[in-house]
Amino acid sequence: MIKTTLFFPRQVVEAGGNRWDWALLPMVLALFVLMGYGAQQMARPYQVGQTLPLSLDAVYLPYYLLRTTLRMFIALGASMVFSCVFAALATKYRTAEKIMVPMLDILQSIPVLGFLSITVTGFIALFPGNLLGVECAAIFAIFTSQAWNMAFSAYQGFRTVPAELTEAASVFQLSGWQRFWRLELPYAMPGLVWNMMMSMSGGWFFVVASEAISVSNQNIMLPGVGSYIAMAIEARDLHAIGWAIGAMLIGIMLYDQLFFRPLVAWADKFRFEESGSEKVPESWLLNWLHRTERAQSMTKAFVRLLERSFSMFRRTHDGTSIRAHPQARSSTPERIWDAVIAAAVFYAVWTLIHFVLAEVGWAEVLRVFVLGCYTMLRVIVLIAIAAAIWIPIGIWIGMNPRLAEQVQAAAQFLAAFPANLMFPVAVVGIVHFHLNPDIWLSPLMILGTQWYLLFNVIAGASTVPTELRYAAQNLGLSGALKWRRYLLPSIFPSFVTGAITASGGSWNASIVAEYVSWGTTTLKAHGLGSYIAEMTARGDFPRIALGIGVMCVFVMAFNHFVWRRLYRMAENRLHF
Amino acid sequence: MTTPLIELKSVDKSFRSSDGTARSVLDSVDFTLYDGEIVALLGQSGSGKSTLLRIMAGLIPADSGQVSYRGLPLYGPARGISMVFQSFALFPWLTVQKNVELGLEAQGMLPKERAERAEAAIELIGLSGFEGALPRELSGGMRQRVGIARALVLEPEVLLMDEAFSALDVLTGERLRDDILELWATRKIPIKAILVVSHNIEDAVIMADRVLVFASNPGRIRDELPIALSRPRESGTPAVRALINRVYALMTSGGIQAARTAGKEGKLQLGDRLPEADIARIEGILELLAGEQFHGRADLPKLAEETELSDQELFDVCSALALLGLADLAQGDIVITRLGERHVNANNTERKEIFGAQVLENVPLVTYIYQGLMQDMSGDLHEDLFLKLLNFTLDKTDAERTLSVAIEWGRYGELFEYNFNTGVIQRPEVMPSA
Repeated sequence: MIKTTLFFPRQVVEAGGNRWDWALLPMVLALFVLMGYGAQQMARPYQVGQTLPLSLDAVYLPYYLLRTTLRMFIALGASMVFSCVFAALATKYRTAEKIMVPMLDILQSIPVLGFLSITVTGFIALFPGNLLGVECAAIFAIFTSQAWNMAFSAYQGFRTVPAELTEAASVFQLSGWQRFWRLELPYAMPGLVWNMMMSMSGGWFFVVASEAISVSNQNIMLPGVGSYIAMAIEARDLHAIGWAIGAMLIGIMLYDQLFFRPLVAWADKFRFEESGSEKVPESWLLNWLHRTERAQSMTKAFVRLLERSFSMFRRTHDGTSIRAHPQARSSTPERIWDAVIAAAVFYAVWTLIHFVLAEVGWAEVLRVFVLGCYTMLRVIVLIAIAAAIWIPIGIWIGMNPRLAEQVQAAAQFLAAFPANLMFPVAVVGIVHFHLNPDIWLSPLMILGTQWYLLFNVIAGASTVPTELRYAAQNLGLSGALKWRRYLLPSIFPSFVTGAITASGGSWNASIVAEYVSWGTTTLKAHGLGSYIAEMTARGDFPRIALGIGVMCVFVMAFNHFVWRRLYRMAENRLHF
Repeated sequence: MTTPLIELKSVDKSFRSSDGTARSVLDSVDFTLYDGEIVALLGQSGSGKSTLLRIMAGLIPADSGQVSYRGLPLYGPARGISMVFQSFALFPWLTVQKNVELGLEAQGMLPKERAERAEAAIELIGLSGFEGALPRELSGGMRQRVGIARALVLEPEVLLMDEAFSALDVLTGERLRDDILELWATRKIPIKAILVVSHNIEDAVIMADRVLVFASNPGRIRDELPIALSRPRESGTPAVRALINRVYALMTSGGIQAARTAGKEGKLQLGDRLPEADIARIEGILELLAGEQFHGRADLPKLAEETELSDQELFDVCSALALLGLADLAQGDIVITRLGERHVNANNTERKEIFGAQVLENVPLVTYIYQGLMQDMSGDLHEDLFLKLLNFTLDKTDAERTLSVAIEWGRYGELFEYNFNTGVIQRPEVMPSA
């Protein structure tokens, strides 16, 4: 028998990196070529009105998937940068914080399509005669579906850095730049990554709308999976829809395996809880990269660059220097600033009301509010139904740890799957059985967001202390009593967390779900979502503004009066 | 031992509570840390000793008075002053090596030199072999070693230690303390002075050249005790034991006991902090005190040993007993009163009656709540009303803690009832005879 080591003399391995390098090299090269090609296609000459060649042939789908993916990642990158800058500014400057945070709260509740209708013409004008303008509009629309919750989570992270760590950073003379990279960003990282995953699912949901731009009398279809689906819908081609679903599944799986898993596994080291008992997320790709010397040397180069920047942006003086002398603070500038903000807000509201009322009357405003109530009713009923279905299932799964692991992964995957792909099926069904669209279109709103309910409940149920479980068994709790006294209270906090996300998502989805087309058939449910969708298609700005404004009011009021209260109650009373 | 390193002159500090009123935490504190000494600051929790430490670290500014380091006014954290934190404050995403290098990296030192110095510090503190580990892989004691190495690697002149051992178990804490003292004694580190904030009396006595006892509300230095014993000091020796006894006596002398006997002015006020002691502990200590072992009179250090309570916890229970007139504190001893004996020998119902009556008489907050309930038509009041009142004199956590103590005592004494879900304090159905 020959020892295998004979065939791998050590020098050879050392000479050309390790053997993982050889496997990685073609992969990386292929990735670069693909990205380069995709990016090149984005900047082609283009005149408004020109139709881009698109085909329903499934052969083109990989290419479309590439284009869409590229857009999504550019948007994700932009969201990441935006979140970091936002959080850094908002936590550093109190004056900035005063406008930035409420602004974000409002931006968050503006439906994504609203942004698209307002910005598309501007972007096209930015790059005349080039496709880049339209690409930018599409990317911006995707960005708006991803950025806000990421920015919030980053801000939250920056704000909640433990006091002792902040003090340590001060004692050890970290400059603002060093503090950002060494303390604040790492601390916010796990939340940011989690929100990034949610954002990505959100992005998929709106990819159809953002690629097949049909707002403000523009009719542009960018090559991508979204446009492919839009075309398939127009052509009533169920086969093409099937292909698109397949392509997306593959796309999402690739994302999951090649991007998010490694990212989650990597971000685990930024977890602040110091106990190491929890299960550590793993990724084969990350393990592989860790073993690959070339990849390691790339990250090392980045770290070195970062560290060099640390020595460049360091503190030049310490607390004994006259430059550290605190300036006498006067409250006058702050008051002036407050007054400026108040005046600006007042002016903006006044202008908006003026603008809307010049076009539409009070009667219309009232009507829109009534439509808002319809949609609210839908959201409430749907959350209730989803809760009735998913809570028992979630509890059952959560209490079987081995099952929970698998289902958790599946549920996250399903959440990333854009539910609007199922819409055509629903339309065909409704038309075929002559069903009432007001009722039967509604489930579409929660199709994509119900998963948040499920996996939060699973997570909640799996953290129920074992002793409590034994106690419940021991006391012989059963039937209604068991649910009321033991199961429901123990998953309530995680249920609320899931329901907040699900309801927010449902409001947003109502714009797509209450107004669905299949070829020439358009089904419409009465509600705020369909109102906005209809006005967007028409390019009626005052009415879009009115619709979006009313939706903001509803969403914010709903959050404030219902969810936050429930959340606080859960925080105070019902946790272990 | 004559060159001053850090000097504080009539330093005041007050914090604004949520409703905008100022609450004084430090009142005209003078303190000098000299070259070559270890000073321990002792005091009950909430006495402002941590605030004082943070002022010296340059983390928070003093409202008035002067703070200077080497004769220069101190406006922020200085390079020569380093700090060790109670909860370690390690960056969990950085390895031990990187954590130790943190301060050097911030200075812009080159990687090679940085690594060498960090390795030396790691070696010195006994962490060799763990350079690549993440903090979460380490035990508490090891983590605090990283915290200490991180402070030492900067070669500071002054080392500030904020309850550095209190998150560790006793054995680990003692070992770490002795290691630091050894480094100090053998001059292996260039540190010129150490300031230790602690509520462990033994730590203070073993380490310090001077022990300062802090009084609370507002915080000020009440007593100073120079310790001339040579190092190393053993905790079992009679000299050290005697010192520990003295510090116990000092710490209990000015507290609630004094307030009780000092007549009206010194009496516990409505807005004062209540000792954090639950009923089970109060009664447990009382029974122990009355039992075979102590026959009604106990030496506090011995009681601490017997009950395995921390100094702070023991002080809280003893203050509570003294406040309720169930025991008296004198020269570091606790003596059961006649009422205390009666309480021990009583049955459950009688105990509650005694306790209720004592609480009602001696705890102004409980009296206030009780009278409020009696006068109120509906017979229930929301806890927020009382929280707001306490916020005038205490910070948020202390106010909440004090109210919850008052509620627990009042409930046990059957003076009122409380609903956790609604936060409402109610008149009981059956009136107590008190």
